[in-house]
Amino acid sequence: MRYSGWQVLAQGLMGNKGWKPAWRDPAPKPEYDIIIIGGGGHGLATAFYLAKEHGLRNIAVLEKGHLGGGNIGRNTTIVRANYSMPGNSEFYSHSLKLWEGMEGELNYNVMHSQRGLINLFHSDGQRDEYARRGNAMINQGDDAILLDRDGVRRMLPYLDYEQTRFPIYGALYHPRGGTARHDAVAWGYARGADSRGVDLIQRCEVTGIDVENGKVTGVQTTRGAIRAKKVGIVVAGRSSQVAALAGMRLPIESHILQAFVTEGLKPVIDNVVTYGMGHFYISQSDKGGLVFGGDLDFYASYAARGNLPMVEHVVEAGMTLMPMIGRAKMLRSWGGIMDMSPDGSPVIDKTHIDGLYLNCGWCYGGFKAVPGSGFSFAHLMATDRHHAPAAGYRLDRFATGRSLMDEEGTGSQHNLH
Amino acid sequence: MRLTCPHCGDRDLREFSYKGHASYLDRPGPDAAPEAWNDYLHLRDNPAGDTRDLWFHELGCSAWLVVTRNTITHAISAVALARDSKGARDAH
Repeated sequence: MRYSGWQVLAQGLMGNKGWKPAWRDPAPKPEYDIIIIGGGGHGLATAFYLAKEHGLRNIAVLEKGHLGGGNIGRNTTIVRANYSMPGNSEFYSHSLKLWEGMEGELNYNVMHSQRGLINLFHSDGQRDEYARRGNAMINQGDDAILLDRDGVRRMLPYLDYEQTRFPIYGALYHPRGGTARHDAVAWGYARGADSRGVDLIQRCEVTGIDVENGKVTGVQTTRGAIRAKKVGIVVAGRSSQVAALAGMRLPIESHILQAFVTEGLKPVIDNVVTYGMGHFYISQSDKGGLVFGGDLDFYASYAARGNLPMVEHVVEAGMTLMPMIGRAKMLRSWGGIMDMSPDGSPVIDKTHIDGLYLNCGWCYGGFKAVPGSGFSFAHLMATDRHHAPAAGYRLDRFATGRSLMDEEGTGSQHNLH
Repeated sequence: MRLTCPHCGDRDLREFSYKGHASYLDRPGPDAAPEAWNDYLHLRDNPAGDTRDLWFHELGCSAWLVVTRNTITHAISAVALARDSKGARDAH
């Protein structure tokens, strides 16, 4: 069924009895050409682009829980292309272009809102760094505007400009940045993949990866063995465990990142705002809740919940930056499990096993990468060649030291990115 | 989460900073192969369950600690001084 305003009207007049499930719930077949392990945003996008861009049909996505139940449903929904390093900037630039065409491509309302991203800076040095970053973004073909203090004040009059410790000097404004409805992105890609014949198989955990003579031949699952010519691992949050099934030890440490939402309020924060010194970022959802977050909890964890010291730190940073939010009641906090890599950048690559591909290491930047990651991983799996914008995301860059993409220059410790 | 420092006793998490897995104690020798350094700096078992990691009692006695901790429940089963933690050097 094609979704449209007319459908909404017609179904409304008919008591909404005509809506059909958005995707099938098939049993696994004994064999597929391609198996994607992981039914999150990246896995579903990969399946969608394998079908749409490469004309492949015999594809399954295996998900141990339910579709979109991992980090795609737990993030703070920010979409941006403000990276500065070669390898990253062309990838996120490509991904943002896919975002801009996503709703038409998927026939699905993902509520993509280019409300603008404003990164504040608080010192001369930080201004220079953001000016350089803005130039890199413009050279990449994206948009960036360096705002001075008065320029920021016109857009964000509610900030505390008089704070003495980290006074606001200005901001880098990225107008095409914004937010999207995170669950809808997973659902839209799921529906698009399913309608092109992809089998989305839920409650199907992969328990083994079959390899013969250095070539992948299929997977073992809780719903039986399934043969496959190619297998892609796209399971950020559990990458180390699934890769270990193929004898791999990854350059990843899993960390927890907390996020928070308040009660619904009338519109008060129009953009996405980040506090360059306190590591605090905030936007307001279309439902009215203030959605915000900060740093990792910094210790390795799979708990999907954090501890109070980071809650306190994030709230303090928020209150320092915008005291007006102090009266808002916080409704929920939760945590997502981040694949932290040694340079803060991800991996989209082949493995040492023929036919086995790996997509992981998104740190805490995976949401905005969903379309680009799916597109580039599908290209790699279908053609065995790296897609140009993602060609830097090689697994061997850590062993060789070549082309590391450490945007923040914090070194190889996993939790410092 | 609270940690019991062998010197200072039961203390708030805010006093401690986290370095990484206890295999950081296993620094390769100066003549080690590049693969050993890749292994040391980058690759991790990254267990979902019990792990041993390295913490620094930054706002306390400045001791380096090896903490045995569950990454799913955050339960802490042991805290030892890193300098006494021979086992940590043998474990990955």
